[in-house]
Amino acid sequence: MKYIKFFLVGILFGIVMSKAEIISWYRIYEMFKFQSFHMYGVIGSAIVLGTVSMFFFRKKMIKTFEGQEIHIAPKKSGLFRNLLGGILFGLGWALAGACPGPMFVLVGKGVVSILVVIFGATFGAFCYGLFKDRLPH
Amino acid sequence: MEFISQPWAWYVAGPIIAFVMFLLYYFGERFGVSSNLETFCSIGGAGKFVDYFKIDWKQNSWNLIFVVGGITGGFIASQWLSPTDAIALNPQTIQDLADIGIQNAGATYLPDEIFSIETMFSLKGFIILITAGFMVGFGARWAGGCTSGHAIVGLSNLELPSLISVIGFFIGGLVMTWLILPLIF
Repeated sequence: MKYIKFFLVGILFGIVMSKAEIISWYRIYEMFKFQSFHMYGVIGSAIVLGTVSMFFFRKKMIKTFEGQEIHIAPKKSGLFRNLLGGILFGLGWALAGACPGPMFVLVGKGVVSILVVIFGATFGAFCYGLFKDRLPH
Repeated sequence: MEFISQPWAWYVAGPIIAFVMFLLYYFGERFGVSSNLETFCSIGGAGKFVDYFKIDWKQNSWNLIFVVGGITGGFIASQWLSPTDAIALNPQTIQDLADIGIQNAGATYLPDEIFSIETMFSLKGFIILITAGFMVGFGARWAGGCTSGHAIVGLSNLELPSLISVIGFFIGGLVMTWLILPLIF
């Protein structure tokens, strides 16, 4: 039963992604065309409030529900990794009009073709693991 | 109910996403969707070929459950909370899309030119879908995160690697939207 809370948080995530049209291909297109403030507002306000959460986590003023300190694992650094991986991700994001979260929410919306995208993404992750030692990081 | 059924504004969605992130950390885990792709590989037996995938995937079960919740939330929203499937787009966006070969922009959430069943079963359509997914999956794992892990969590935590990654996301997204999409359809 310890997993039910993650299921419920996931439902909230799926509903907000869907109701705010973040799962719409068009919202990603117009973001990259700078023709709407919507996505910038969504991501920007999430980051501003996220910064406040992170501040309280770092100051240990908020702990987990079990009373443990919250540590945010630092991201792996490396100019090539972050920049080249980021560019490849961005190319896919603008073509699919969906990043990994929205891809799954679209399954719930009943979009069959998104399963091909998810298969491609899983295969992409597999190929990264396969070639990772030969890639610049 | 009026509030629920109309599209939600950015100032409603952004804070809820921040709350989702907060809850995942409060429950002792983290916010990052693309790592599930690696978990799929591990479950599928990729560890037999590549040591990178030899992990005890059960420790990531919570994140798979989160994804199942996301799918369920998408179902609930589209079945019961959305009276219309239309997206109110900027008229300029609709015109720009018509010019590159995507018609009826905003009539539904997704363009038929990419996501309809007929397109999926055409060679070109299938290649577009699978290539888009491949770039997202490969790129996210190379960069070490996607929009959730880098743009939301990483930037909230003031991390330089995440700032560089998000700049990369935008370089890739701008190149695709402005230079490559007009050539595809």
